[in-house]
Amino acid sequence: MSKREVRLMQGNEACAEAALYAGVKFFAGYPITPATEIMEILSRKLPQVGGVFLQMEDEISSMAAVIGASIGGLKSLTATSGPGFTLKQENIGYAAMVEIPCVIVDVQRGGPSTGLPTLPAQMDVMQARWGTHGDHPIVVLCPSTVYEYYTLTVQAVNFAEMLRTPVIVLSDAIVGHLREKVVLPELGELKIVNRKMTTVAPKDFLPYKADEDGVPPFVNYGTGYRYHITSNNHDEGGFPATNNHQIADSLLRRLHDKVEKRRSEIVITEEIMTEDADVIIFAYGCTARSAYSAVEEARKKGMKVGLIKALTLWPFPFEVLLKYSKQAKHVIVPEMNLGQLAGEVERTLKDCPVKVTRLNRIDGRMITPEQIVSTISEVI
Amino acid sequence: MQRQEIVISGSGGQGVVLGGIIVAEAAAIYEDRFATHNQSYGPEARGGASKSEVIISDGAIHFPEVENPDILVALTQEAVDKFAGTVKPDGILITDTMVKKLPAKGEYKTYVLPIRATAEEVRGQIVTNMVTLGALVVITKIVGLEALKQAVLARIPKGTEAINMQALEAGMKIAEKEL
Repeated sequence: MSKREVRLMQGNEACAEAALYAGVKFFAGYPITPATEIMEILSRKLPQVGGVFLQMEDEISSMAAVIGASIGGLKSLTATSGPGFTLKQENIGYAAMVEIPCVIVDVQRGGPSTGLPTLPAQMDVMQARWGTHGDHPIVVLCPSTVYEYYTLTVQAVNFAEMLRTPVIVLSDAIVGHLREKVVLPELGELKIVNRKMTTVAPKDFLPYKADEDGVPPFVNYGTGYRYHITSNNHDEGGFPATNNHQIADSLLRRLHDKVEKRRSEIVITEEIMTEDADVIIFAYGCTARSAYSAVEEARKKGMKVGLIKALTLWPFPFEVLLKYSKQAKHVIVPEMNLGQLAGEVERTLKDCPVKVTRLNRIDGRMITPEQIVSTISEVI
Repeated sequence: MQRQEIVISGSGGQGVVLGGIIVAEAAAIYEDRFATHNQSYGPEARGGASKSEVIISDGAIHFPEVENPDILVALTQEAVDKFAGTVKPDGILITDTMVKKLPAKGEYKTYVLPIRATAEEVRGQIVTNMVTLGALVVITKIVGLEALKQAVLARIPKGTEAINMQALEAGMKIAEKEL
């Protein structure tokens, strides 16, 4: 008999359960709709697995606590929504620069500012990419189903550990609060990645000396290794090198290269009914659900329409779009913002004979399949 | 079965969110079909309008929202005023005898049942959702009775089985009279 468990599970619950599955042992956060369930569940469950749960005084300190716990050796995660995500940005940049693995879940709601606290949006796509300053690398994963929320949270922890970099899970109020049927993976079924630890003796240890893959092996802070951390530009020893142009260049390029080297592993997309499609819907998050229904509707009417679902938003999955750049005549990009990812799609296809059409909604309601079908009818 | 969309609406405290979850679990877990559940509520913690959206289907459910329900349960005047106009022409409206102003007769079928009064008789407002589920299943057969009972028992606190089953059966009884 399979030990796989069938559940009607809420998205945020799947995220919390997946964090435990991935080996997360530390959560610090501050409650905010529509992300609070993740925190509530982990406040009960983390202590049961020997983990630590902290409710901090705000989002800034909770991000700092997550980084600190990870430096100490624990897989660490926090969850928030738009306004809290903004507050975390300074420390997310710190984590990127000092190469501390951590996962930040942003359950998007309508903004800007406190905006529409209980209603869905996809307005943090660019904040997830560029919310913190400086030319930093970032990985952003975006679920459209409760099951994907589970698997992508596991992946996010894996990628963070593998790359020593912050990873964002960018969900939304729809996927966060939706309950749907999931068949949970058994223990051992999904791959779990742990950070690579150093094998050298303390006297030989250089905390930022990277391996071939661009990732420096880790030590847990306070275990007898000399380990200096600064968010200034730094040398392999971890000490400031704020006037060394060569080190500045090679450090920042390495931070990007370590992500780019694993691009094929990190960039996750799904192609649905695209084999013969003249029109491609490029969608992500809750909007990909509407797009899926729209594709089914359009197919019933005999229209050759397919769906590309982006599960990784950053690094931007341009490869899959280019694959269809000769076949498709139209690409439609529905999003619950005023065109944040559409710009990337247009940039990717600017030299191709493909027309890109935007479909945007910002009133706190989902884009409906009917809206997408009618846009398809307009473009063909 | 084709996709069926159910909305259960009322006010905070009547348990419409849990009621919806139980219907969805009955279908998804105990009948091995697909189901989704969505809830919406205002920013206030208690009181105010409350709504559960359930979709049941034999195939995967992509678009998870209900725009025009096949079945609407509206337990309060506010819920009737807000949602009755959205019911599909061949749909069903189940409402409460305490709702004084019913909508102009639509094409859909309307059942007016003493759900809230029955809940008060059995235990109080807290079992409104159980009375509702009993009535809903008798009228719409949206899930099987056995699956519903299993789903209820899996969700309720230990020690409350008897009172919840009593409320469920009271709900079935008031609906059977109307068939």
